[in-house]
Amino acid sequence: MKFAIQVNEGPYQHQASDSAYHFTKAALAKGHEIYRVFFYHDGVNNGTRLATPPQDDRNITKRWGELAETHGLDLVLCVAAAQRRGIADRDEAKRHGKDADNVAPGFHISGLGQLVEAAIQSDRLMVFGD
Amino acid sequence: MSKAPPPPPPPPDDFDDDEGPEIVKRFLYVNRRAPYGSIYALEALEVVLIGAAFDQDVSVAFIGDGVYQLKKGQDTAGVEMKNFSPTYRALEMYDVEKLYVERESLVARGLTAEDLIVPVEVLDSDALGAVMEQQDVVLSF
Amino acid sequence: MAVLHTVNKSPFERDSLATCLRLARPGSTLLLIEDGIYAALRGTAVEETLCAALGSHEIRVLEPDLLARGMDPAGLIEGIERVDYGGFVDLAAAHDSVQAWL
Repeated sequence: MKFAIQVNEGPYQHQASDSAYHFTKAALAKGHEIYRVFFYHDGVNNGTRLATPPQDDRNITKRWGELAETHGLDLVLCVAAAQRRGIADRDEAKRHGKDADNVAPGFHISGLGQLVEAAIQSDRLMVFGD
Repeated sequence: MSKAPPPPPPPPDDFDDDEGPEIVKRFLYVNRRAPYGSIYALEALEVVLIGAAFDQDVSVAFIGDGVYQLKKGQDTAGVEMKNFSPTYRALEMYDVEKLYVERESLVARGLTAEDLIVPVEVLDSDALGAVMEQQDVVLSF
Repeated sequence: MAVLHTVNKSPFERDSLATCLRLARPGSTLLLIEDGIYAALRGTAVEETLCAALGSHEIRVLEPDLLARGMDPAGLIEGIERVDYGGFVDLAAAHDSVQAWL
């Protein structure tokens, strides 16, 4: 079965990203395919590489990146939501005259169409939010 | 009173006409939040607009405080936020015509269909629940 | 269409559970996750609502969320079964669609 995952909230502020991560991991363990994980609204904040969470707790951004690398996951940060919230890759930063970029390894920025496309191409859409 | 509707969105950058038989799913966008107090209403609308380019069978439901998104007469000058309510009137232009409002939600809030900025189909819970059950994909915000 | 409804907020914080129950058709399944698990325990103001719902829905609770919040599985309303994340995945696969009540 192919799953599309939508994450509506940022790391730590809500449990959405955690729940999505554990669901994703469990689905992969059962041999399902994760078509795409799409981060929307504050969910784009999962994709900043500038976070330094406390060492004695889970590193939400890092573990998404590691899961993506192990399983070849497509982690997408919505471009419109990212622009609003100050998440930019090198191209975006250059395009908008910013002096830095901050997308974490494993994530990339793309359009809202990727969420709709994932929902069309997958068998199930799972939404995690507040 | 309202601004002109926004231009149609550009085709999505990953759209490929040659990718096999076209899949058409029943998409339902569920709106349950009031406008302005949070960004969910606005950003949900942005998905609906972009999604319109994918030629799916689209419905939009307004439930609970989501019905407030359609309230006429929104004047955002004092809060300096963009008034995006006219965009609901533009949905028709994007072939998004199935707008459902839950009757119980309207009644609980002292509203009627006359208070809304766009014509909608008002359904009671059972009827709306039946519509929801038929959907292939449900997006929540 | 067999629908899986997920509810992640506490019934005392938000109307998500109430709204879900109003709109969910008989025969659909409810999964309580995150703060939604609080609805699954005996002795609360919503116990009757959940018991009534059990008449037309299967109700499941995500065990890791139950335990994280210090809730005793022995205190679950009778008829509400626990699942782990694997069980969550199985539920999603076994139903035709999933509706998230945030």
